[in-house]
Amino acid sequence: MKRGTREYTVWSVGMIVIIIAALFPVLWILSLSLKDPATIADGRLIPSEWTFDNYEALFTGGFDSPLLRPLINSVLIALISTSIAIVLASFTAYAIARLDFPGKLVILGGALAIAMFPAISTVGPLFDMWRNLGLYDTYPGLIIPYLTFALPLAIYTLVAFFREIPWDLEQAAAVDGATPFQAFRKVIVPLAAPGVFTAAILVFIFCWNDFVFAISLTSTNSSRTVPAALAFFTGDSQFTAPTGNIAAAAVLVTIPIIIFVLFFQRRIVAGLTSGAVKG
Amino acid sequence: MTGAAEPAAEATGPRKKGKISERTRSERRLAYMLCAPAVIAMLLVTAYPIGYAIVLSLQDLDLRFPDEGGFAGLDNYGTVLSSPLWWQSVFNTVLIAVVSVAIELVIGMILALIMFRAIFGRGLIRTSVLIPYGIVTVVAAFAWFYAFDPASGFVNGLPFVADDQAWFGDRWTAIGVIIAAEVWKTTPFIALLLLAGMTTIDEGLYEAAKVDGANAWQRFWRITLPLMKPAILVALLFRTLDAFRVFDSIFIMTRGAQDTESISIVGYNQLISRLNLGLGSAVSVLIFLLVLLVAFVFVRGFGTAVPGREREA
Repeated sequence: MKRGTREYTVWSVGMIVIIIAALFPVLWILSLSLKDPATIADGRLIPSEWTFDNYEALFTGGFDSPLLRPLINSVLIALISTSIAIVLASFTAYAIARLDFPGKLVILGGALAIAMFPAISTVGPLFDMWRNLGLYDTYPGLIIPYLTFALPLAIYTLVAFFREIPWDLEQAAAVDGATPFQAFRKVIVPLAAPGVFTAAILVFIFCWNDFVFAISLTSTNSSRTVPAALAFFTGDSQFTAPTGNIAAAAVLVTIPIIIFVLFFQRRIVAGLTSGAVKG
Repeated sequence: MTGAAEPAAEATGPRKKGKISERTRSERRLAYMLCAPAVIAMLLVTAYPIGYAIVLSLQDLDLRFPDEGGFAGLDNYGTVLSSPLWWQSVFNTVLIAVVSVAIELVIGMILALIMFRAIFGRGLIRTSVLIPYGIVTVVAAFAWFYAFDPASGFVNGLPFVADDQAWFGDRWTAIGVIIAAEVWKTTPFIALLLLAGMTTIDEGLYEAAKVDGANAWQRFWRITLPLMKPAILVALLFRTLDAFRVFDSIFIMTRGAQDTESISIVGYNQLISRLNLGLGSAVSVLIFLLVLLVAFVFVRGFGTAVPGREREA
């Protein structure tokens, strides 16, 4: 395809349309977050007067502020869930990719079934169980359900990656005189790390994203994550809609996602498609 | 390197059959030990609650009236299944799922073709489309809500749109915006799955078809589509089941007002807002069965290959 041809123009226009369609709603939220209440309804993309008040309001009051606690909760809950899920899933994925045992299919099929599971179907029983066990509105109360949905995702991604690892290299290293631990650390870990990292990103995005569990199994900011807190934001008074504040909070929770996408897009794409296509 | 482990495993296969050696047994033991934690965790928070939901659904259990109650048999199911609200929510869910997945498939295919053929800017497109995919669903819902809401949006300022159009005041326009938000958020996922399927097609086939005089349209219909059928079905299965769970966007945009409830919203309202665990659990179990039915239709009816199967077979 050369510059100046009709085909080139068509592709260029198509790409520009895609990029605008993908990014415009995000830009609109960013624009709203920088407007003051007087101009929020003006429909302009570039705010006529810039203000950071919407962001400041989110954090005034420290731990009692509308967003600080939920933000900390979101980060910690997503990080803890991701770490546990990746460790447990690595064991399982290693066994499935590397060892020979009956029941592999059952585990993979079961994991897939759980990944397809409607979250709302477990919310009621979990709500009842958590109230009795004292887990309602706590970190573990969210981490445990996240684990079960994060595990299938992690197992699928990791199995796909682990199957690609040339495990024979481990034996080659042993022949060359490496101890089993050296062979594992110097040969297998570097080969497995990219897959593990990719799975971790996908699981983190999943936990960061969850809304159904977050609003059903929490009731206060002590364990509410940002998506849930956003849904229950109230304005300064009952006559002001908290539009600017919600927009500002929305921008803040989107930043980590944008960083992930910018730095790790290749890995994310590989991870998303590996489980489904390579099997 | 693909499948380096399999031939090795097969080579040792016959030897193993002779005697289930100590080595095989210890390998299996290790495998089960490695799988146990994850399997137990998954069962504890899915299989057990579903069982518990079935138990709850057979009881007259309303946390607002804790003294009443007892075994109710199938009464809760009768109440749900005879309620127009339930059937309306089923209709809404199916409508949102079918329309959004159909649009996503078409746009996703175009997007995949563009990404596949793009000589320049492939990375730029991939970055842009991954942002809607990765963004928190609640944020995406707010983005679309604020874009259409007359108090903060720009849509009503566009040409050919009435300035006072209240998008969320009417059932069909509200569902339209909900579908638009779903499509925006998840088309990238479908496009990426389709792109991955597209890259597995042998370029030689296109060259051969070109030599035989097939035009671009024929090549797409006769080569690309048939060979991508497995990838398309997997993408459809994933997205349809996902679309059946639609909850976040509706909760943010309308909270189910204007008759826009999905089945998940009905479940949430019964369980968490009204604390009617018996009735809510019946809704949960019915949603579970509905999702199971959709998966069954895909796997048995359309012959969707469930990922992870072919290698073991």
